[in-house]
Amino acid sequence: MIFSVQVKVMPLKELLDPQGKAVLGGLTNLDLRSIKDVRIGKNIALQIEAETAEQARAAAEEATKKLLANPVMEYFEIEIS
Amino acid sequence: MKFGVVVFPGSNCDRDIQDALQNDLNKEVIMLWHKDKNLDMFSTQDGIILPGGFSYGDYLRCGAIARFSPMMQSVVEFANKGGKVLGVCNGFQVLCESQLLPGILLRNANRQFICKNVFLKGADNKTLKIPIAHGEGRYYAEDKILDRLEANNQVIFQYCDQKGSVNAAANPNGSLRNIAGIKNEAGNVFGMMPHPERATKQALGNVDGKIILQTLLMN
Repeated sequence: MIFSVQVKVMPLKELLDPQGKAVLGGLTNLDLRSIKDVRIGKNIALQIEAETAEQARAAAEEATKKLLANPVMEYFEIEIS
Repeated sequence: MKFGVVVFPGSNCDRDIQDALQNDLNKEVIMLWHKDKNLDMFSTQDGIILPGGFSYGDYLRCGAIARFSPMMQSVVEFANKGGKVLGVCNGFQVLCESQLLPGILLRNANRQFICKNVFLKGADNKTLKIPIAHGEGRYYAEDKILDRLEANNQVIFQYCDQKGSVNAAANPNGSLRNIAGIKNEAGNVFGMMPHPERATKQALGNVDGKIILQTLLMN
């Protein structure tokens, strides 16, 4: 069975995110002043062949820990649909 | 002593470091393609350079994919045997991703690609003028790692002003503790964001880079 897996990778909360800061500046220029903070990460979509959702999650987790995210600067969440 | 220079798809300072080592420092240089993995021609008396530029489009994170190239596997083995490895700019990012050096290099705090001469304070407190050219050079590591780097004298270069004072105004990219370059605990793996290979001859208006290459690699 093929599982669609989404890996959300975000910069650690304590880190400055210059990309988010630049976008916040753009939003402020658009007068969207109710938006107080922007942080930008990545969404990585994987198609994983596995027998169960647990196996698919395990495969996604291994890929994320080995390559997709770097724990020094990022945290991640895995979602299976 | 001879040198290997790894060429990744996207490396663009590989020929500069080759020229600096061959013509300005009279060393034999062998270019190493990222898909090869043979380092048999090198002993641990030799050195391997990871040059500046980009690698694999710097997709995902700078240096993240280069880390898994066949040649990098051999470079990691070479480093673990005690061979000298120097990563400049993108090479420094590759070394951090490979976990040969602690920490990581993040997008510059001011969001700009910065290309200019800066001043560096080295271990001997001498001030050197060296160019930087990067968009992701903000060194980051947890406080306890930074403390350990300082306690072990592993910080090899800090951004400073012309007089050698390390201060916030002299920090171009927001690096923690003004860190511009570090080495590993064993003292054989070096990473730095500034480009010593761009400062090795009078024609370039600067020869301070020669001092760095000699001090790090030829001692």
